Amino acid sequence: MTRPLSMTASTTVSAVGAGREALRAALHERRGGLRPGDFPGGPEGVWIGRVPGVEAVALPPDLASYACRNNRLAEMALRIDGFADAVAEARERHGAHRVAVCLGTSTAGIEETERAYRRRSPPGGALPGDFDFARTHDLQSLPRYVRARLGLRGPALAISTACTSGARSFLEAAVLIEAGLVDAAVVGGVDTLCRMTLMGFNSLELLSRGGPCRPCAADRDGISIGEAAALVLLERAGDAPAASPLLLGGGASSDGHHMSSPHPDGLGAVAAMRAALDAAGLAPDAVDYVNLHGTGTRANDAMEDRAVAHVFGERGVPCSSIKGWTGHTLGASGALEAVAAGICVEDGLVPGCLGVEEADPEFRSDVATGNREAPVRRVLSNSFGFGGSNCALVIGQGRAASAPA
Amino acid sequence: MRCWVGGVAVLGPGLPGWRASETVLAGADPWTPADVVVPPPAMLPATERRRTSLAVRLALAAAAEAASGEADAAALETVFASSNGDGAVVGAILETLTDPAGAISPTQFHNSVHNAAAGYWGIGTGSTSPSVSVGGHDDTVAAGLLQAAAAASARRRRVLFCAYDAPLPPPLSAVRRTTVPFATAMVMLPEPDASARAALDLRFGPGPAEAPQEGRDALDALGAENPAARALPLLRALAARRPAALRLPMLGDSCLEIEVSPWG
Repeated sequence: MTRPLSMTASTTVSAVGAGREALRAALHERRGGLRPGDFPGGPEGVWIGRVPGVEAVALPPDLASYACRNNRLAEMALRIDGFADAVAEARERHGAHRVAVCLGTSTAGIEETERAYRRRSPPGGALPGDFDFARTHDLQSLPRYVRARLGLRGPALAISTACTSGARSFLEAAVLIEAGLVDAAVVGGVDTLCRMTLMGFNSLELLSRGGPCRPCAADRDGISIGEAAALVLLERAGDAPAASPLLLGGGASSDGHHMSSPHPDGLGAVAAMRAALDAAGLAPDAVDYVNLHGTGTRANDAMEDRAVAHVFGERGVPCSSIKGWTGHTLGASGALEAVAAGICVEDGLVPGCLGVEEADPEFRSDVATGNREAPVRRVLSNSFGFGGSNCALVIGQGRAASAPA
Repeated sequence: MRCWVGGVAVLGPGLPGWRASETVLAGADPWTPADVVVPPPAMLPATERRRTSLAVRLALAAAAEAASGEADAAALETVFASSNGDGAVVGAILETLTDPAGAISPTQFHNSVHNAAAGYWGIGTGSTSPSVSVGGHDDTVAAGLLQAAAAASARRRRVLFCAYDAPLPPPLSAVRRTTVPFATAMVMLPEPDASARAALDLRFGPGPAEAPQEGRDALDALGAENPAARALPLLRALAARRPAALRLPMLGDSCLEIEVSPWG
């Protein structure tokens, strides 16, 4: 990434509510959205980050064949925060074929497939005739829906790198803009609750029991799974009309170590953070806050603490995870946290880990457990995923905010 | 947007590796359909090798063949493109979830992620290089090629592009046609070197909803049997070392235009 990109518009829906202002208020007021698990057929004794009302969302009639939980959640996000209007303006500025859609998801509309499997008659027979594989189950369902809904004609890309998908979408869009193929892109991630992920993480014994997840706590015991949609309009900073937060750089790496366990010393995480800083042309001390991947598992948080201390020094930079608010929203989390990072730079906010009285005393990084108000010029946001996938984004203040007073 | 193609790989019915298939793809020898034999991934330790499914084996075999001429395969950035991902694993999990207990296997769950093949490539080669995994239904090859070429061209990286798909189990097989295994891979170069066999100029633009039908034969028709086989027009131009102007349909209203120029 050579030049900063403007996050001209953004929208998000998660367990803390619909809209950027709901996320902003929840972070400031330290009001989380997790609740006891009530997803049909989900594991018992766990908490989840469920978005109320997803089931009732109707897609526009001409796109009704895309109906599934994932596209309904995307539709919720498209209706708020003035996002569709901002994209329409970008479409006017650049041309519909010059705006790409690059979106991350780990499971797309697989919840619809789970329903179709249960509706088979006889059980074990063929899937029901009204099940639309391409427009619901397939990964491309999400970017295709968003592209059609926004009247765009550029490339549409489905990125699926497990829990880095949402963050990785920013890098894939940036390379399309850098290559001159498009001038703007709708990026982000949408992932929704389904039995596959709930029962899958349950089978790995990685779910927090009896309450919300507690990232970085000494007694942390796992993840709370959540769902979210987070969409961002990216374009060259010079083309953007407002002083929006900037994507200053991004980097990725692979662990090359294990499918579902991170490298214990966080070598891959270190490489991704350094690549992001290099892309942004920044030294570690230019970062004021690190938004941790911070899932709340024993292994991830310990690895990430080592990696952050390695890059930024012991207690070198305030860091925290917002997953105590939203849960781990998987393929949406990197995008959701990029939007949160934008709020942090706008408001000068370090949102301390929610529901954590004291950080793990073994940790060497500066984990915030209460909110801190401080100038936050730049945030580095981490995402890590199965398959050893790592991605880091650096998000900074827009032009007006960073100009001398 | 320009990049060059270095090492190439193919694995599909009657196409047992690039070297063995080059004359068939070039049209000098007839194509005869035959079962696909997918070697177990020698790059993985025995414990991991046992866990790999057909989809992962396909991807690793093609990726390894395309990268075999590289001095440092682990240094390649990678773009893995697949329509179905590991459909056998996903299908098995969906079947298990019809049971109220839904006791799915932890290994199956972590192998169900779309980037499983990329993860095994990283483990097998010891690569810590960036890797992305994409999907795209019938547009999978075009979408993956576009990202790989953009990364090579704009960010000046050597990028390994791999497209692969394996047949789905029932009942998914009835709603998503994939009747044969197929994989292909190629190293995309930011500038030509001794390995370069062709220059590619790529453009995204408005285009027809369907691939052109004229001149299509039984080999091209494999594109209807496996999404990854939609790379065949490009593979055939590369094998014949002939200039070609290709249009890969995308999204029903657009296409990826690829101008192939032999090199070296």
